Order: sequence, then C-alpha cells, then structure tokens
Amino acid sequence: MRRAAPAFVAVAVLLSGCAAPAPGVATTTTDTLAGTVTVSAAASLTDTFGTIADAFTTEHPDVTVTFNFGGSSALAAQIVEGAPVDVFAAASAATMTTVVEAGLTEGEPTAFATNTLEIAVPPGNPGGVAGLADFTRPELSIALCAAEVPCGAAAMAAFAAAGIAPEPDTLEQDVKAVLTKVELGEVDAGLVYATDVRAAGDRVDGIEFAGAAAAVSVYPIARLAASTRNAAATAFVAYVLSPAGRKILDDAGFGAPQQ
Amino acid sequence: MGAGGDGMSVAAALRLARGAFTLDLDLAVTAGRTLALLGPNGAGKSTALGLLAGTIDLDSGSVVVNGRVLDDESTHVETEHRRIGVVFQDYLLFPHLSVLENVAFGPRSSGIPRAAARSQSVQWLDRLGIADLASTRPPQLSGGQAQRVALGRALASNPELLLLDEPLAALDVEVREEVRGELGRFIHDWGGPTIVVTHLFDDVVALADDVVVIERGRATQRATVRELVQAPATSYVSRLVASWSDD
Amino acid sequence: MMQASARRSSRRSFLSPALWIPAGLALALLGLPLMALVVRAPWAQLPELLRQPTVASALGLSLGTALLSTAISLVLGIPLALVLARSDQWPAVPRRLLRALVTVPLVLPPVVGGVALLLLLGRNGLIGQFLPFQLPFTTAAVVIAQVFVAMPFLVLAVDGALRASDRRFEVAAATLGASRFTVFRRITLPLVAPGVAAGALLCFCRALGEFGATITFAGSFPGVTQTLPIATYLQLQTDPDAAIALSLVLMVISATALVSLRDRWVPGVTA
Repeated sequence: MRRAAPAFVAVAVLLSGCAAPAPGVATTTTDTLAGTVTVSAAASLTDTFGTIADAFTTEHPDVTVTFNFGGSSALAAQIVEGAPVDVFAAASAATMTTVVEAGLTEGEPTAFATNTLEIAVPPGNPGGVAGLADFTRPELSIALCAAEVPCGAAAMAAFAAAGIAPEPDTLEQDVKAVLTKVELGEVDAGLVYATDVRAAGDRVDGIEFAGAAAAVSVYPIARLAASTRNAAATAFVAYVLSPAGRKILDDAGFGAPQQ
Repeated sequence: MGAGGDGMSVAAALRLARGAFTLDLDLAVTAGRTLALLGPNGAGKSTALGLLAGTIDLDSGSVVVNGRVLDDESTHVETEHRRIGVVFQDYLLFPHLSVLENVAFGPRSSGIPRAAARSQSVQWLDRLGIADLASTRPPQLSGGQAQRVALGRALASNPELLLLDEPLAALDVEVREEVRGELGRFIHDWGGPTIVVTHLFDDVVALADDVVVIERGRATQRATVRELVQAPATSYVSRLVASWSDD
Repeated sequence: MMQASARRSSRRSFLSPALWIPAGLALALLGLPLMALVVRAPWAQLPELLRQPTVASALGLSLGTALLSTAISLVLGIPLALVLARSDQWPAVPRRLLRALVTVPLVLPPVVGGVALLLLLGRNGLIGQFLPFQLPFTTAAVVIAQVFVAMPFLVLAVDGALRASDRRFEVAAATLGASRFTVFRRITLPLVAPGVAAGALLCFCRALGEFGATITFAGSFPGVTQTLPIATYLQLQTDPDAAIALSLVLMVISATALVSLRDRWVPGVTA
C-alpha cells in the first residue's frame, strides 16, 4: 500500500507539471531528497503515520517511507538489538529512554503528540457505564491493558489519581486487544486511548472521564544515530512536527504536547 | 478333550458376487470330522472363510451351526456372537498381551471373571504342552509355538466350529511335518467340527477326513481323502496328487 | 577401508552425505535459537523469579490447564481419530471436509481461532448468548482454547497410528467373542498406544505453549487466565531477562516431557 504511493504521487506531479511553464523541471530541481526512510512507530500511530507518510511523499516523491508498527517496548528492543531503523516514534517516554540510554539516538527526542485515555463501551452502552467508578462494579466485565504495557501503566495512573480500585476481568497485552473485546461486546467497558475510540468509528462508543488528564501519554520521536539517510529521515521528523503533521495528528485525536 | 459334543453340525450355502468373481459353494461338516477346503490361490478359499466367520456379508445363501441360523436372507449374526473359532494364517496373536492373556481373551470377552478365565487358560496351555510359555510375549515365540497358542486361543473361547486358515503356510518347511502331526492330534482330541482351508495337499492328507476342492469359486470335487487320491476329478487335483506321491 | 565402510553403511540405512548438509542446517535453525536463549538466560535470577507469586500461579495454571486439555483431547480426540481413520469408505466430499476440519486449527493463526471461539461462545456468540454463564475470562475458556488449538495434534497422530496398524487383529478379537467396545479397549487402543502417547505429548506441549487463542478468548488475569506464555509475553515488555527465564521454564518442561515419557512408551509394542 505505502509502497505504491510514491509512484502515484509521481504521476500526479507529472500531470500538474503539464500546466507549469517548464515540464519536468519542478520535480528535479526543487527537491533533492531521495531514498528510503524506515520508521519504527507505536501501533497506535498506524493509521495516522500512514496518512502523514502519504502527505510527506507527495512533497518528496523520490522518498519512500517504510513502517514497522508494533508495541513500543518490542520496537525499542529491536532497535537496541540492532534493527536498521532511521526514525523511532514511541508511545511513551520510558520506552524511548531505553533507546536513548543505549546511545542510539541522534539528538534529543522531541514530544510530538499526546494521547489521553477514554472509556470505550459497546454501542448502546449495555452496562450503563458512566465513569471510572463503574469499573468497580463486579457484575460488569471489564478489560484493561496489563500494567506492563504503556496503556496499562496509564490506566493505573488514572485509577490511582481517581482513588478507584478497578476490578478487571482481563489484563490485555495491548490496547487493540482491549478494543477488540469491547467491539465484540465481550466486555462492558475498557480503557483505551481517545485515538482508538475515534478510529473504531461506530463499533464502540467513547466516554470521556474527569481526571483523564492525570494520565496523559506523551509520544516522543527521534532520529537514530545509525541512520545513513540523514536528510530524508530528518525531513520526515520535521514533517511530523510541522503544522501539516500537527493537523493530521489533530484529526486523529492526538493532543498537542505542551512546549 | 471332548469340548465339541456329539451331534454338532455345520451346513453352509455361500453365494457371493464381487465384480468378475462369483462364489457358489455348499459346505457341510459334522462333529469329529475335519473338512479340507482345498484349492489354488484366488479360488475363493479366504472368502469362504470370511463368510463363515461373518466378516464378509453373504449375497444369498445361509450359514447354520447346530441348528442356529447365523446367516440367511433375514438374519445376520455378527462375528462376535457366532462362536466360530479361527486360527489365522499368520496367527494374529495380540502382540501386546502375554500368551496366557491371549488365550484368556475369549473367556474374558464372554464375561468369565478374570481369575476363572486365567485358570481355564492355564489348563488349555497345559493340554497344548506350552504351559511354560504363559508369560511370554508373542513376538518371542517360534512359529510352531505361536500356532499352538493360536489354536489354544481359538478353542478356549469354546467354539462350535473351528476354522483353520492355511495353518502351516507360515512355518518353515523343516518343522511343518512335526507341527502338522501335533495339530492333527489336537484337532482330533477337541472333537468338534473343523474346516481347514489349504493349498497344501500334505495338510489334506494329515488333517482331513473329507475334502471339497474349490476352483474359481465353485466346488469341482467332493470326496473323502482316499477317494480324492484314487480318482482326481480335475487336472489341478491330479497334479497335486502326483507331486505328493513323488515325495 | 572405503569399501568396507561403504558396505557397512549400505547394509544399515542409506543416508547420502549430501543430505547431512540440509539436515545440519535444519538442526541449526531449530537448535541455535534455543541455545541463544539458554546462553542469555539470567540463571541467577531464576530461583527468585520462580518464587514470585504471579509466576508461580502462572506456572501452576499452565500445567493444570494443559493437563486437563490433554485429558479432554484424549477422551474426544481418540474417537474422532477412529472416525477419521475409518473414513476411507466415505464419499470424497465429506471425507475431505472432515480431514480439513481437523487440520484447520493447525494452520489458523491462533488469534483468529480465539476470535472464532469468541464469536461462538462469547457473550454475544452463536451459542454463548444462550448460556446461563459467561465463558470468556474464565479458566474453562483457557482449557477450551487449548483444546481447540492442541487437539488436532493428537487426532492426527492417532489417525496415523490407526492407519498403520493391522485391522485384522480386530477381526481376530471379534471371532473370540469380543464386543466392539471390548475390541476398541483391549485391542485397537493398546496397539496404537505409542501413537496415542506421542500425540498426547505433542498435544500437551502445544497446550502448554498456547498464547494467541488463549489471550483472545480467555483474556489474561493472574491466577485465572494468565498462563505462563502470557505472563512471559508481558514480562517481555518490562523485563526481557525475566521473560527469557520464564520461557526457559516452559522449554524445560516440554523437553523433559518429550524425552522421558516418549522413551518409556514406545518400546511397549514392538511387533
């Protein structure tokens, strides 16, 4: 899918170039960026970064962006073990820290997005869930992320701030698994990211809760030292941080980090 | 031994068509007598045996043992209820059971308690002269020993008809003569109706009273052994008799 | 010298030297990752790790559910293997359908199997909606997921053993007056015992390592549904060393079961 984009964009540029005074000149002289940027990004960024890459390669048709989406911790472990990656975008500062401490980043990581937790319930809210307090009702089936993964850590922080001891029925290995169980109606409520609720569309209903601000996930992005295609990788990171990138992140439900 | 009482009798009319092959064979044997079913390979001997034992279904005809109908148009008694003992060509002793357990298998299956079944089986092993093999596993037996165990296993289930399928074919030629003699004695001692399926004329002479020659699914001669030797009806029998006399 | 050794090898089994290269590569591919696991394992940390209540309960849960799944697979899978082995006389379509049905869980990604179980037995599932109790997130769901994924290993192993076994022993038993069930119990089953044992071991080891179907259908909650593979996966997020240690525990259990039990079972029937 992503691979096809540059070719498509190239055609578009050629077509628009027909209207320009000197066809072909625009594509060769205004953009010297070329090559491939390999980006390891948190699974929650899958759709959003796809859109960003499409927009980025429209501006830089000779650049190909390839993605490796997964759990942030697993991605960090891959990078530490030597995975050939140019850019790392994590869902938590902690996972980024392991890469920084391994001396593998080029410059300081930059926070580019935030994500807040939201209660996800099946359409129609069969359990009548109104807020975090409902997570203690024993008759409800509740799914949370396991404390070991970032969304679980965020959930624990939110419950701690609210002074509530939830009674979950399952502690899932990632946020998508929580969402799946909500979508299938197997649980009455789950705690997921606001972006997940938005991406799921009609399949789940989202309920914002007071105190969500107590557990905001901050997403850092960094270029990796091993990168040999500095220019394109730097440009991609800059694009994510640009107003154009910000707009796409906003549309997906990601908040802006406080600078 | 006298397990088979007087008046036991078997009458069978076996009709079967399988593709080009048709079997049309009448057999009768009474207690104390041994009938040999003699024929070349592919004549239908094994099929006849399967029909008697109930492992193959008749197209038409009947099997009657001691007045009990085992098979006809309206009846089909399953193998396990027929009380027909079979000594298979390669014996088919259960490899995971000891000799004693093999022999006790029939009595156990008919509901006799374990201890009683074992003591009965020990007696059978005694009669067959293989009591010392009771705890041996079949793979360790010689051919002659295995045959005795197979015979003991078939007789211990107290059958009304004994079928022997090529009883000496699996044995080395050197030991056949001795085993054949013993087998004849055991069958005689048992005294029930017996059918021996064979292609060896030596078996017929040593074991049988009467002979039915079967060729291409049909009986081509019915006779006593003496009559068969004196007046072979087909070239197949003539050749068998001739090669037998040469020995 | 050359001649003598050539003659000896041809008298035993003929194995071309050319085959040693791919065989060696295969062995390396299978063995070296495990070796890496052993080399990198934090051995000193292991005893302390095993004393952690979450690890101990995950280990106990894994052993208990895997044993139960194997028992259920034996009770249900052996009769299914009999049907499968005797299906040769069936028309082609139902026969192939049956075989495909038994094989599908082997090729299905376990997570998909877990979703399928949810769609059938979940709260809104085809059958689940009529159940008076909820299956997902219970230990029973762990066992169901394991049976779904692991039973085919047993069924196919027993099916293979049944096909290789001599059915005439069953005929012989019938002539001795044995009922069909007696034949099954005393003849058919003991004759395929090595196949059953091998299948049960594979089934147990597969159930022990089950992850995808379990976490999807049964979820993950310590002491209830969080089996050792799931605990291992979660440890991987925060403490990779601990995860390596836990996976070693799984490996040792499986290897011990395979090595010790297999050799004890196989010589039972040599004929």
